[in-house]
Amino acid sequence: MKYLPLLVAALLRRKARTLLTMLSVTAAFALFGMLDAVRVAFEAPESLIGIDRLIVASRFSIIQPLPLGYLSRIQSVAGVKAITYANWFGGVYQDPKNFFPNFAVDADTYLAMYPELVLPPAERKAFLDTRTGAIVGQALAEQFGWKVGDKIPLQATIFPRKDGSNAWTFDLVGIYGVSDPALRGLERQMLFRWDYFDEGRDPRYRPGTVGWYAVRIDDPTHASRVAGAIDRQFANSADETKTQSERDFQRSFAKQVGDIGLIVTGIMGAVFFTLLLMTGNAMSQSIRERIPELAVLKTIGFSDLAVVGLVLAESGALLVLGGVAGMALAWSTLPAVRDLSAGQLDVTMQPQSWELGLCLIFLIALAVGLPPALKAKRISIVDALAGH
Amino acid sequence: MGIAERPLPLVEIRELSKVYQRGREAVEVLHHVDLAIPDGDFLALMGPSGSGKSTLLNLIAGLDSPTDGSLRVAGRRIDRMSSGELARWRAAHVGFVFQFYNLLPALSAQKNVELPLLLTHLPAARRRRNALIALELVGILDRASHKPAQLSGGQQQRVAIARAIVSDPTLLVCDEPTGDLDRHSAEEVLTLLQRLNRDYGKTMIMVTHDPKAAEFARRTLHLDKGTLVEQVA
Repeated sequence: MKYLPLLVAALLRRKARTLLTMLSVTAAFALFGMLDAVRVAFEAPESLIGIDRLIVASRFSIIQPLPLGYLSRIQSVAGVKAITYANWFGGVYQDPKNFFPNFAVDADTYLAMYPELVLPPAERKAFLDTRTGAIVGQALAEQFGWKVGDKIPLQATIFPRKDGSNAWTFDLVGIYGVSDPALRGLERQMLFRWDYFDEGRDPRYRPGTVGWYAVRIDDPTHASRVAGAIDRQFANSADETKTQSERDFQRSFAKQVGDIGLIVTGIMGAVFFTLLLMTGNAMSQSIRERIPELAVLKTIGFSDLAVVGLVLAESGALLVLGGVAGMALAWSTLPAVRDLSAGQLDVTMQPQSWELGLCLIFLIALAVGLPPALKAKRISIVDALAGH
Repeated sequence: MGIAERPLPLVEIRELSKVYQRGREAVEVLHHVDLAIPDGDFLALMGPSGSGKSTLLNLIAGLDSPTDGSLRVAGRRIDRMSSGELARWRAAHVGFVFQFYNLLPALSAQKNVELPLLLTHLPAARRRRNALIALELVGILDRASHKPAQLSGGQQQRVAIARAIVSDPTLLVCDEPTGDLDRHSAEEVLTLLQRLNRDYGKTMIMVTHDPKAAEFARRTLHLDKGTLVEQVA
């Protein structure tokens, strides 16, 4: 603590440079905090809901459909308690920027499979009774101002109708909520009847097939055995299957966009590399300017180790103040991001992001501070005082 | 006074040589220098540029190591010390006054004076009190909270002297302490150094080009081409 005035004096020597360097550190760590929260949201298992559900999809590609005929064969596998199926539709509402997930589902079995989707009984009945019926999540309905009774036109991006048009119209018969606030992202979906979709789609787009099956099993600890049994049923067939946990399936789905972890790591790598160069340059410049001052400290008896410690403390202070401010900024901003995305981006900063951030702060401070610290250690007092 | 009764000199130099390597060329800056500086002395070292006076001062102050010979200060062979030992020794025994003051610009006068005390175990309040006493001693207590840029050259040098004496060192080394000052300020600084020597018994070694500055010392030694050539009483 007694060296604190020296540290403060070093940081305040060039106030503008210190401030700008610290702001760049803050910006980098704010970005890190947000992106890492996204990565964690995609990668970390955060809910036990769905732990007893498996997804059966094509072994080769998630966009490869499976025959509807598999339904009874999967159902017959020991350990399977219930089954439903769905199809990714990929329609857009009015404008491509109005994108939200929309699926064709087998209404009755799907709602039974996903009890976390809470629908009033009357609206549930309407969904089961209306062939052109669709239900949407509360957040999605609020976003577009939809209410029960509205007709919702979607423009197909994958599946044209039999008449060659891409216009599909649905009757909104229900608006569902979710039982767990952590699942608010599900309120951004639209579900409609698979039979309506199957009958209406262009025959070239393989009617009688589904995108995937969702299976409830009798015991989560039997997941591997049941998954293996299902996949063996269809081994060496034209449509081999890959059965996996719901979480793994969602990850595979997200990876259609790209490997989120890899993307985040790539962006952060570039950001931190730039930060390393910028902060390293600022530190080196600061030490170069202060060589006579450091020589004076050594002259009056500060050891090499003390001088190295002072320089490292300076880089540490820059990184810790800027980095923690950046992480705190990300932490305080993420709830607003989540609200703005109506829960679709359900991101919060987890303790592991803080731990990783603090490790990075420490490592970057060391990488940035060590070269000038060693330079300060090597200063020859006589040469430095003579101005060489 | 007989030889047996004569006190040991504070600084005792025997056959001291210093050779610098400049590329392939070895330059001998000091050549077998013998010198004894008694406790309480105020010695001025004079000589032309390149004569080796600053090198000799640096060696006595433990800022550099000799190539050959022995160098004993207050009974300790400092020529045999490692750089870490020298740093600790300097902190305890030597005060420095430079030509260009070399104060830390971001620190106040008081904080600059406190610097050597950071290496002691004194508590903060005691460090502050000692710094203020040193500033009072050099007559600049009213500028304690000022930054160096807010002080004149003479005032900055007084702060530097306060910093040099605050830890009560055995030896005060001054390298051209008035080289950057006008005549009036130079005389004030030299009078202050003289007072510290006379009233407080501080042993001082001062390198200077200025014969008028040397007059404030008790004695003057001349160096030429690395050899002591003359001693003026």
